[in-house]
Amino acid sequence: MTGLSSTPGQTVGPFFGYALPYDGDSALVPPGSAGAIRLSGRVLDGAGDPVPDALLELWQADGEGVVSRETGSLRRDGFTFTGWGRASTDNEGRYCFSTLTPGATVPGAAPYFALTVFARGLLDRLQTRAYLPGTQDDRLLASLPEDRRATLLARADRHGLVFDIRLQGEGETVFLDHRRD
Amino acid sequence: MRAPSSDAAAATQAEVSAEIATIAEQYADRGSAEDRVRLDYPPYRSSILRHPTKDLHQVDPEGIELWSPAFGHSDVDPLEADLTIQHAGEPVGERMVVTGRVVDGDGRPVRHQLVEVWQANAGGRYIHQRDQHPAAIDPSFTGVGRCLTDGDGTYRFTTIKPGPYPWKNHRNAWRPAHIHFSVFGTEFTQRLVTQMYFPGDPLFALDPIYQSIVDPAARERLVATYDHDVTQPEWCTGYRWDIVLTGSRRTPMEEDQ
Repeated sequence: MTGLSSTPGQTVGPFFGYALPYDGDSALVPPGSAGAIRLSGRVLDGAGDPVPDALLELWQADGEGVVSRETGSLRRDGFTFTGWGRASTDNEGRYCFSTLTPGATVPGAAPYFALTVFARGLLDRLQTRAYLPGTQDDRLLASLPEDRRATLLARADRHGLVFDIRLQGEGETVFLDHRRD
Repeated sequence: MRAPSSDAAAATQAEVSAEIATIAEQYADRGSAEDRVRLDYPPYRSSILRHPTKDLHQVDPEGIELWSPAFGHSDVDPLEADLTIQHAGEPVGERMVVTGRVVDGDGRPVRHQLVEVWQANAGGRYIHQRDQHPAAIDPSFTGVGRCLTDGDGTYRFTTIKPGPYPWKNHRNAWRPAHIHFSVFGTEFTQRLVTQMYFPGDPLFALDPIYQSIVDPAARERLVATYDHDVTQPEWCTGYRWDIVLTGSRRTPMEEDQ
């Protein structure tokens, strides 16, 4: 266990919209460029209603499984893959990234998108993983009952992948608590 | 005790304060330390339909989660750390410097990493369109800043002390003055968005967001310290606030009992 007590989180609140989003935030690669896919979905609350004031952050390896150490996410040059982006939900609770399909960071490991969720009404950020469709051989997925496992699997659509996030209730997304030694 | 709907602004402060007190008593009776903010905290009405009902799933961080995105001087201009120079005029209010260190649980600095802030102006008004609080917009103040920590993990912003503002959680609800902080660590799991408060705020006891950290010592970690060594003569006041990123939601209560 570590020595210092952690600083607690607080909700991102309703007014982040003029502070955290920025031009090009959700375009990890330019839409329509070679290998670009759309990763999109909806954020829904416990009543099944869209959450129009959520913010998602995406962190992922590139297509070869390389973890980018490049800077420049806030002022994209259109060529450098930094692996990180940010997307706000719209009035229908929908978010959308233009990105690459991630590769395995370690040979044999199941690739996934790491996602962080912020919203008004959400007192602390939530973190989860979106796995590629059909992923089976993975420790985390294997540790979950069938119905919950399904919440971490993206599905394919015409433009790429879809991953919905349900904060509460039926089909509630599995959110993660990362252990520390 | 659970409110029938969120955002109804139906309850009085006395009713919300009673809910806060009941939860605080239940927590004190349990006699164990809870380090983090609660996700399920009904006095904050907007949380009612937006908190997960299932326990967070314990997992060992692996792969991409062991890393954090990198930010550099191509991302952030040093001038972005001064929120008082973004317009032609001087903003209204108490000019202040807020500075501190971002460290991990072992006290190691989080170096050259991104810190973002946003806040209301001195009158308690955000630029954001959703904020319809009838206080003046200050044309000389936007209330958004960014910086990178230095080699010692230190961040530093020059800004204006924000005012408290009303919101619609319940009738006559007011938020204590605060600055929103968004901080990255050295691992994905350390990602933190939180709020920094000012010492001695009379609204602390009434605020369901501040009180959603039910442990008194834990929520006091969000309160900055006035520091006269940061204060500059004939120029501004100074506050110090350190941030510790451990990246775990571990709540000792279950495991340590």
